[in-house]
Formats: sequence, structure tokens, C-alpha cells
Amino acid sequence: MSIDQIIPALPEVFVACMVMALLMLGVFQKGALADQDVKSFRLISGLSVGVLGLTVLLVVMLADRQLMAFNNMFVVDGFATYAKVLVLIASAAAIVLSAGYLERHGVARFEYAVLVVFATLGMMMMISANDLISLYMGLEMQSLSLYVVAAFQREDQRSTEAGLKYFVLGALASGMLLYGASLVYGFAGTTNFSVLADLLKGGAPSVGLVVGIVFVVAGLAFKVSAVPFHMWTPDVYEGAPTPVTAFFSVAPKIAALALFTRVMMEPFGDAADSWRQVIIFVSVASMVLGAVAAVAQRNIKRLMAYSSIGHVGYVLIGLCVANEAGVRGILVYLAIYLVMNVGAFACILCMKRGDRMVEQISDLAGMSKTHPMIAFALLVFMFSMAGVPPLAGFFAKLYIFWAAIDAGLVGVAVIGVLTSVIGAFYYLRIVRVMYFEDAEDPLDAGVSRELKILIGVAAFIICFFFIQPNLILEPAAAAAKALLAG
Amino acid sequence: MIVGALAFYMFAFVTVAAGVLVISSRNPVHSVLFLILAFFNSAGLFVLLGAEFLAMILVVVYVGAVAVLFMFVVMMLDINFTALRSGFLQYLPLGGLVGLILLAELLVVAGGWQSIAGGAKMAQAAAPLAKGVTNTHALGQLIYTHNVYLFQAAGLILLVAMIGAIVLTHRRRVDVKRQRIADQNARGTDTVEVRKVEVGKGI
Repeated sequence: MSIDQIIPALPEVFVACMVMALLMLGVFQKGALADQDVKSFRLISGLSVGVLGLTVLLVVMLADRQLMAFNNMFVVDGFATYAKVLVLIASAAAIVLSAGYLERHGVARFEYAVLVVFATLGMMMMISANDLISLYMGLEMQSLSLYVVAAFQREDQRSTEAGLKYFVLGALASGMLLYGASLVYGFAGTTNFSVLADLLKGGAPSVGLVVGIVFVVAGLAFKVSAVPFHMWTPDVYEGAPTPVTAFFSVAPKIAALALFTRVMMEPFGDAADSWRQVIIFVSVASMVLGAVAAVAQRNIKRLMAYSSIGHVGYVLIGLCVANEAGVRGILVYLAIYLVMNVGAFACILCMKRGDRMVEQISDLAGMSKTHPMIAFALLVFMFSMAGVPPLAGFFAKLYIFWAAIDAGLVGVAVIGVLTSVIGAFYYLRIVRVMYFEDAEDPLDAGVSRELKILIGVAAFIICFFFIQPNLILEPAAAAAKALLAG
Repeated sequence: MIVGALAFYMFAFVTVAAGVLVISSRNPVHSVLFLILAFFNSAGLFVLLGAEFLAMILVVVYVGAVAVLFMFVVMMLDINFTALRSGFLQYLPLGGLVGLILLAELLVVAGGWQSIAGGAKMAQAAAPLAKGVTNTHALGQLIYTHNVYLFQAAGLILLVAMIGAIVLTHRRRVDVKRQRIADQNARGTDTVEVRKVEVGKGI
């Protein structure tokens, strides 16, 4: 094997080497006896963000054409580049978000940043997977790191419970995915995506292969928390430390949805008629449950969990369409979803009273008076999630519904519009609590500078997306084209 | 040819005999030793089949690790083996029945393999003979060259698992005194006083 075999995987190799170097640095830095060591935590977190930033540059440098590596197990194309950039931004934002919280709660340990970077590495491997085995490897690396960060606040019972629950159910999902993969291998004789795609061009897939595909879909649907595999989401989101929830709701979702898209479009794209009704069901059920179940929530993290289930439903409409417009819709949605969610969670992280986090929706009361700017930003994010024009969230839904109607899936699009109207109810409820209810006990005033910057940038992007939509649309269109061509 | 057959019968006989002795010897330590003997002779059988890698693994993993672990367990745990053995005759009919069923099934499998069309061909296809490549070499090529990406990824996953286990469970206990050699070496002479104690008198 020559060195040019590794070039396409250069960003991954770089991240892997750097994360191990950071681990060593952290281990040998750590001299203090205390359970948390703020100094090394800050150093490693800062360096991790730097590493992720450099990786974005590396990824973009490799962008222009399709490259294969490691016996076609690993692929780099425009689609992978786009998704990787989103994931890297999301992970870096998650590390920045968590600093203040972890220090306040006495769990600021440098392993947090290391694990987040490991999870990011797994996500990059998932996005670039061109074989069911490399898919599984990436997925496991990501999931294993996530299980640990979910339980990171190990003195806290709910955090431990979240980690354990996520671990057990995640293992179950991995089992289903592997069972599906083994069926696919058994009936197709290969696990490589390119070979599978060639094979399915020949005609209708065998029944065994379709059963395999359905099991793979079930495993992946768990990872993106789509109904009916969503049960873990509210509990894990509620129990995990808030910055971890912020991380969960963005980076792994983007990576898993990108992976989902690649798996369905690339190897199984020609069998779309066999799996479309499954995805339609999953998508519609996610949208409906996300909208209806969120209405009764009191806890804002649970509400965000149901909201993310709903968003996954909208994204999956793009997958039902299974053409270039659909994939472009997915990619645009993911980018906007990333910005909205990072912003919203940054606002949630500002909710503290007496230096402890509070997470009930009623705690937001009177926020418009105590924190006018943050309340306004949260209003922008909530309106955007509800899909109010001219905010970015409206366009995200627009492109998805457009693609669906063009492809003749009018029914799905109509359900999507109806559920976003129901969804608007609970997003607007948050706005109402912030603006029209008075607080008995106002939230703490101090908000850290990093949070303010993140909220500001996110709100700016959401508000003014409509002026220059091509900044996201064009790369997304190019990425979608690259996926369909490959 | 006759040497090969003789070697096979020797290894096979010793394996079976050692297997019988594993379950019949009174002393559990002897049982484990006979188990090791059985492993060694099975390794010999693998070598005769041309599967030298399996033979090595059998010796390294089963003799080197598993059997030694058994030995530790047998020696460390206070298990009354005679009590465990007391129901032997009572369970013999049931055990014998299970054994008979297994034997019958094995015969069916072997018979089916012989009778189906192209069975002999399939038997050969299961073990293709690569020219000039030992199976250790072939496995190495698969793992370290063909699938090097997966191999490295698996290594990283294990590293993550290790970090996770340490992060979630390791804690510094405050209620124990531990030795710090650097601190001890750094102590000055002022903390230690040497006194001569006369015989028959205390300090």
C-alpha cells in the first residue's frame, strides 16, 4: 500500500493522531488531586477546537473530486465534504458551549473534549463509509464516545441513567443494523456500496435483500431517533448534561442523517421503490409524534428532544423523494438545523438561577425583561424552528416540501405542513412564556462571552439567510450532485 | 504417507484419552492438566491438516491463557468437587441421551454432505489452497494490508472504550494513605533524628 492510498483519509488520520496527542498531553498535564482540573480542561478544550478548525481546512482542500481509499472502503466526495464540514462545526460549537457548564458542575475534566473529538472522528468515518463494515466501525466509534459523554456527570443519577439507557438501546440498534448487514451480505455477496449499486442496477432486489435493507434502515433510524425507534431520545436528552444534549442534538444527528442518505441513495438507490414506503412511514410518524408529543412537555430539554424527532421527520421527506432535489433539501435542512439548534441550546445554557441550571419552560418567564437580547435571539430560533418566513427555518422546510411535491409525494408534504402548524404551537408557547409572563424569581444575569458570541452569530445567520441563500444552497446542490453521480 | 497416518492416530488417540481423563480424574488440578494435554494434541491435529495458524493460536490462547486461568480458578476457589460429582450416575441417562442426539445429528450432517450433488467440490471450495502462501501469511495480508483501515479503526474503538471505562469509574480516594516516593526522597535531614539507644534502657 502506497502513501497516496491514505491521502483521501488525511483529515481522519490527522484527527486520529491529534486526539491521541491531546490525550497524552492531558494525562501528563494532570497533576492535581481534585476530581476536576480546570486548567488542563481549558487547555485541551481550546486545542481540540483548534484541531477541529484545522480539520475543516483539510477537508475543504480535498473537496474537488471523488476519491477512494483502503480498497474502496472509504470514499471522499462533495457530499462527504459538505457533511463533514457541518459535523466539525457542530462539534467545535459543542465544546465551546460546554466549558462554562462543566466547570460550574465540577466535572470539568479534559477527557470530555477528547471524547467529543473521538466521536467526531467516528462521524467523519461514518460519512465517508463506502462499505457496510466501515459504516459499522464509524458508527460504533461515534456511539461509544457518546455513551460515555452522556454519563459524564457521573455523580448525577439522571446522567448515569441516561448513559446506561443510551448504551443498552444503542447496542440493540447496532445488533439490528448488523443483522441487516449480514442479510445484505448473504443475499448480495458483498458489503461494498459501489458493488451493491452495480448489482441492484440489474433488476429488482431479492426478498432477502429487501429484508436486510429494512433491518439496516431500522438500525439507522434508531441512530437518528426517528419514530418508531425514538423512545430513548427524550430520556437521554433530559438526563444528559445540557451541553451534551446540545452536542447530541446536532453533530451525531447530522452525521447519521448524512450516512442514512448515502446508504439509501448510493448502494440501494436503484431499489428505492422497495424501501420508499418504509421511509415514508418513518418520516410521517416522526413528524406527527414530534409535533403532538411535544405539546405536553414541561421540561425544555425534553421539548427539544421531541422537536428534534420532528425535524428528523422533515429531513426524511427528502429521502423519500430519493432524487437530487431531495438530497439537496436534506443538506440545506441539516445546515440550517445545525445553526438553529446550536443557538437554541446556547440560550438554554444561559438559564441558570443561583448558579444552578434550571430547565423548566416556566423558568423562562420574564426573560424578555432580564435578558432582552437573549430572549429575542431565542424568539428568532423558535420562530425559525416553527418555520415562520423569512427566517432560515422556513426555507429549510420549503426546499424539502418543494422536492416532495415535484416528485408527486403531495400527501407527505401536506402532512408535513400540518404538523409544522401544530409544532408552531409549542414553539410559540416558549415565546409567550418569555414575553408575557412575569418571573417570580428571575434568572441569573451573567452570561459568558462565548455563549453570547455563539448566540449572536447563530441569530444573525438565521435572520439574514434569505439575503444570500446561495451561500448554503450552492454547496448543497453541488454535494447532492456529487452523491447522485457517484 | 504411513508416517502421517501414524501421527494422526497418535494425536487423535491422545486427544480422546486426555478428554476422557479430564472428566474422570478425581483431582481438578489433574483435570486441567489433562485439558492442556488435549489442547496440545488438537494443535498437532491442526498442523497435520495444514492449519498451522490455528495450531499456534490454540496453543497460545487456550493453553497459554484459558487453561492457566482455569488453573487459577480451580486453585483459588474452594469448590467441593466431590459434592459436584455426586450426582454423576443420576444424570448419566439424560447426558447420555443428549450425547446420542448430537452423535446422530453429526452423522446426518456428514451423510448429507456426502450425498448431495457436488458436495465433494464444496468441501474443497471451503479451503482453497493458495500457492506459495501459508495461511498465517494470508491472514496477515487480510488483516494488515487489505483491511488495515478497519484494523486501525477497531484499535481506536478499543481505545475509546478504555478511556470511557477510566472516565466513568476511576476516582481518587481520599481516605487512603498512599506512598509518594518523590516526597519521601525530598525529605530533608531535619525531620529525622538518629539516636543511640543504650542497651537495657529506653529512650
